[in-house]
Amino acid sequence: MSHFQRRSPEPWRVGMLAADRRTVLKGLLGVAGLAAAGPLLAACGDSSTGAAAGPGAISLGSSGSEPTAKAAYQALIDAFGKSGGGTVKPNIVDNNTFQKTINSYLQGTPDDVFTWYAGYRMQAFAKKGLLHPIDSIWPAIEGNFSPATKSLCLGEDGKPYFVPIYNYPTAVFYRKSVFAQHGYQIPATYDDLIALAGRMKNDNLSPFSHGIGSGDGWTLLNTFDYLNLRTNGYQFHIDLMSGKTSWTDPKVKAVLEQWGRVIPFYQQGGAGRKWQDAQQALVDKKTGMAVTGMFVATSFKGADLDDLDFFPFPVVDPAHGLDTVEAPTDGFLLSKSPKNLDGALKLMQFIGTAPAAEAYQSGDKSNLAVVTNSDTTKYNALQTKAAALIASSKNMSQFGDRDSDPGFMSDVVIPALSSFVNDPSQVQPTLQSIESQKSRYFSA
Amino acid sequence: MSSTKTTTSTKKAAGRPVRRRKMRRLTGRDKLVLGLLVGIPLVIHLALVWFPAIASVFLSFTDWDGIGLDTIHGAGLSQYVQAFTNDPSFWPAVTNNVLWLLFLIAIPTPFGIFLAYQLDKKIRFSRFYQTAIFLPMVISLAVVGFIWQIFYQPDYGLLNSLLGTNNPGGTYLDWLGDPSLNLSAVLVAAGWRHTAYIMILYLAGLKSFDPTLREAAAIDGANERQTFFRITFPSLRPVNVIILVVTVLEGLRAFDLVYVMGGNTGSKQGLELLSILITNNIVGESGKVGYGSALAVILLIVSLVVIIPYLVQNFRKEQR
Repeated sequence: MSHFQRRSPEPWRVGMLAADRRTVLKGLLGVAGLAAAGPLLAACGDSSTGAAAGPGAISLGSSGSEPTAKAAYQALIDAFGKSGGGTVKPNIVDNNTFQKTINSYLQGTPDDVFTWYAGYRMQAFAKKGLLHPIDSIWPAIEGNFSPATKSLCLGEDGKPYFVPIYNYPTAVFYRKSVFAQHGYQIPATYDDLIALAGRMKNDNLSPFSHGIGSGDGWTLLNTFDYLNLRTNGYQFHIDLMSGKTSWTDPKVKAVLEQWGRVIPFYQQGGAGRKWQDAQQALVDKKTGMAVTGMFVATSFKGADLDDLDFFPFPVVDPAHGLDTVEAPTDGFLLSKSPKNLDGALKLMQFIGTAPAAEAYQSGDKSNLAVVTNSDTTKYNALQTKAAALIASSKNMSQFGDRDSDPGFMSDVVIPALSSFVNDPSQVQPTLQSIESQKSRYFSA
Repeated sequence: MSSTKTTTSTKKAAGRPVRRRKMRRLTGRDKLVLGLLVGIPLVIHLALVWFPAIASVFLSFTDWDGIGLDTIHGAGLSQYVQAFTNDPSFWPAVTNNVLWLLFLIAIPTPFGIFLAYQLDKKIRFSRFYQTAIFLPMVISLAVVGFIWQIFYQPDYGLLNSLLGTNNPGGTYLDWLGDPSLNLSAVLVAAGWRHTAYIMILYLAGLKSFDPTLREAAAIDGANERQTFFRITFPSLRPVNVIILVVTVLEGLRAFDLVYVMGGNTGSKQGLELLSILITNNIVGESGKVGYGSALAVILLIVSLVVIIPYLVQNFRKEQR
């Protein structure tokens, strides 16, 4: 080499340069090729380790990004590990984002198991073939649930898909100390509630927490659902949600008119406030009440939590009384083709048992276990009361965007209701706008 | 401009022999390499630009939930009919896009030019001012959104705390919630950033501007205003065109700020924008890919209407 180099440096240099450029090009092409092949290789690697290693890590897609939920799911995962089930790798995503991107998530490379909601919202995915049924483990855990809960786990084809972990009631939450300080009474009827709100306003208290700011318009459904359930009954509500009844029905108009009476008592500036900030206002005693889910309890810490109480949304029409409770149920689903199917099924089976429910409850006091044979002695006063409320109700609805097509709710109903709350005189235009767009979501 | 002309003319003068010699030098391997070098970008361009564009046009005439190809059904013009006649957010979105565009042209763009002109005068600490004014452009739009969201927060936000307009029952300004206020509030944030962008573009232009022209004007007795409007501004025409195009595009593709500040609802009253409606329909849980595509095609057509005259004009000039 060196000899050659000394004798004729010129051609060598030229050749070297040329070779250099070509090798660089080749290298670049090679890198591009490798980059293209990368995912393939990775995919091969993944599936082979999954199959060979048997109980490899089970991936769990979780929307539990709030600290409380995060801790509770971790407790659940730890309990599963201790029971010898295997390792679970959680993949936590912000809640709103998780819901928004669920379609592409499920069609891409979803985790083996992921958190989701019961009801229409789960059945729609089952129908589109994006879920894996759990019939092989269902008989083992089926007996752990009440009939109402069991029916929530089935797809439209009658196969089980869903394993619930908890539910929670929606109600009117308040601070006992605030009510005691001003001598407020629990309202039995909707008229009483309006009167109470009037008193609070006189006492310089914003009567209702209100925050629909950052994509949080869904919080309005708490009130809408209850007003419709109390005014028109459970069956009418479900028919309306599933697109069977017209939104221009005079009965729906009556609901909005009732709603219009309470809107002037909403905390000001709700359209720009996040729901978390609205709940904080209840903690800070700036507002008197909040129509919301029991997850509001996660904003209350220590002694404040003992001060938190609720009453069921009051009676509008005595014919329906308090016969329905809105109790959204959260749980887990299997994606279409889990990489570690055996492990994932094992995890699903574990979730449907009392030890799993107790592990979850150890981290989160704002929900109720749905497994009937789990230990409820560790419940706090709020949980005990909530469990009694659910047990005493004849019907159980989920939530507006779970009992209906979620796209219809998020793109049509929620924006329409948000502008209605902004200008409650627009009853008829609001309903007409909803009805005219409904067919796009329920035709198929 | 002139340089391109000279190169073409020299090529012509040299004539064919040069070209033929060049052709012979290309070995098979060279051809392969050249083919790859042109072919790969071409394939990427086709796959990432033309395919999605044409697919969007196609999908806009269908109804598709985005899951599996077998669920695509033809829908004719119904998606367009829905947009123009039924969707309550469509016309507000178009109006807001137009307002956005007009605002950017009317205020931040001239202001950016003004700042650039002042900074070009070699005043003291000019580097510092440049950096400070350009900073919003360095931060990602999402972060800009978060910063302003904190400013505007109704209860403890900076603005309401300073103005004392956060007492419920009394004056209470809900900057991002109130449909009559929120667009203006977001536009201020957008303008803040756009000014920075225009400033840097124009400053670059001014740096390349021949100062002797300005001196000549001064000797001829032109005052500063006259110098700017009669000499500087007209001779920076290429930069002006770029600025106009950038402004139009920023107006039409406005998305990030509203997405962050308005909350990702998209159909929030007062803050509807076409780009957000498109995202909501395509990404949302019950995907309305057909409808979202129809909206995207409408936006594409509007953009083309703005951009094509500009391109045509420019190509004509080059041919001349």
